[in-house]
Amino acid sequence: MIRLTDVTKQYPTNSGMRTILKGINLTIRRGEHVGILGRNGAGKSTLVRVIGGAEQATTGTVEREMSVSWPLAFTGGFHAKLTGIDNLRFICRIYGVDFQDRLAFVKDFSELGAYLYEPVGVYSSGMRARLAFAISMTIDFDCYLIDEVMAVGDDSFRERCKVELFEKRADKAMLIVSHSHRYLKGTCNRFLLFRNGTIEEYDDFDEVYDQYKALLAEPQTF
Amino acid sequence: MPSKLVEPAQATPSSNGLLVQGRVLHALLIREMLTRYGRNNLGFLWLFLEPMLFTLAVTALWTATRTIHGSDLPITAFAITGYASMLMWRNMPARCINAIKGNKSLMFHRQVRPLDVYLSRILLEFGGSSASFVLLVVAFWAFDAVALPEDALQLLGGWLTLGWFGAGLAMVLGALSEKSELVDKLWPPFSYLLFPFSGAAFIVESLPEKAREILLYLPMLNCVEFIREGYFGTKMRAYYDMEYVVVFNLVLSLVALAMVRLQTVEADYE
Repeated sequence: MIRLTDVTKQYPTNSGMRTILKGINLTIRRGEHVGILGRNGAGKSTLVRVIGGAEQATTGTVEREMSVSWPLAFTGGFHAKLTGIDNLRFICRIYGVDFQDRLAFVKDFSELGAYLYEPVGVYSSGMRARLAFAISMTIDFDCYLIDEVMAVGDDSFRERCKVELFEKRADKAMLIVSHSHRYLKGTCNRFLLFRNGTIEEYDDFDEVYDQYKALLAEPQTF
Repeated sequence: MPSKLVEPAQATPSSNGLLVQGRVLHALLIREMLTRYGRNNLGFLWLFLEPMLFTLAVTALWTATRTIHGSDLPITAFAITGYASMLMWRNMPARCINAIKGNKSLMFHRQVRPLDVYLSRILLEFGGSSASFVLLVVAFWAFDAVALPEDALQLLGGWLTLGWFGAGLAMVLGALSEKSELVDKLWPPFSYLLFPFSGAAFIVESLPEKAREILLYLPMLNCVEFIREGYFGTKMRAYYDMEYVVVFNLVLSLVALAMVRLQTVEADYE
């Protein structure tokens, strides 16, 4: 279980402190698939980062009783000078898992072939996403954070991601940020809509999507 | 092909603090080594070539010009001890400044903390300086250019104390550099200013009494004197107060650890 209690998050900006999250209360249980909707800059990714522990909440508490992944397909942890293989080794080392077991899977899933032995710096963004996703799948978590992951990659790769994530790991908890209608509808059973720094909860996709559409129609100022 | 899943315990970063930190340090050390020295080119060799070139140049210069450096100590060994010491207290901070800024994305892995990033860089720097020091001494000794240290144990003690000082300084400056860009800009000139006072190019005995008193407030100068006494033994009269250095280091370490602990780091995509 992951429990957020009265979580707020502020950032200093040139025009003073900006409050992005205004008192979020949220509980995610094992196996739940939670979809997050909201406008650009509403705080979707901030919430994901606070839950993942990449950022600390300004006030409030985050309790994690499940292991939580890093944001899926996120490529920032890669070192551009290191090869794909070396980056995989690094992840295996910090998570204390055996490298040889994972290598075969990453080779097979990423289909990067000889490029795995080249520095990540020469990869295209699509290749990088393939590597990142493949590496993400080598560590087992109770809860996966998925922040607009499927935006990259070609169709065949996306399809394989879907199988790997939503079929093989359907029993895991997931937190999915996406603007894609199709994507959220089929996979999530809870929906959160960001409005003015707080979240509204919905069980039904069509309902949340109507609200989301209405929200988009309103003029937005940052 | 099905992916093999790991038992969840292994994905829980807090399962065993020390073990996890050990793993992370090990992984970061290898990552740092690969990115710094690479696999294909001269790589690790530069670690030794650079100070070796410096030592050779100084030896040549000082022999040619017969500059008086305050004693009749063997110039090559004098240059090695001085330069190696300087490399350590200067490079550790240089490697730790902005270390987190460049590695923010690593913080997405909750088990990686800023302290780990600093420690791995400090350890690598310490290992590098130590290896290059030993190798230089052995290399020059093989050509009869230097004698071996008289008291290796004292030399080791001085070297470790200097490394401790460098580590503390590195973490303080590293943590400060995340708050202010001034640190990044000011440390290089500041370290150059400190260089002539740090004992790389003189021994304290050659200084007037008053200057001795003032300069011995610099921890690294005390360490260099202690190291050189270990190296040259009876051939020189050394001035130092190692108790002062230890107290200084203790306070510095405390401040450093507190600063690193209080540092708030936000992971960042890309």
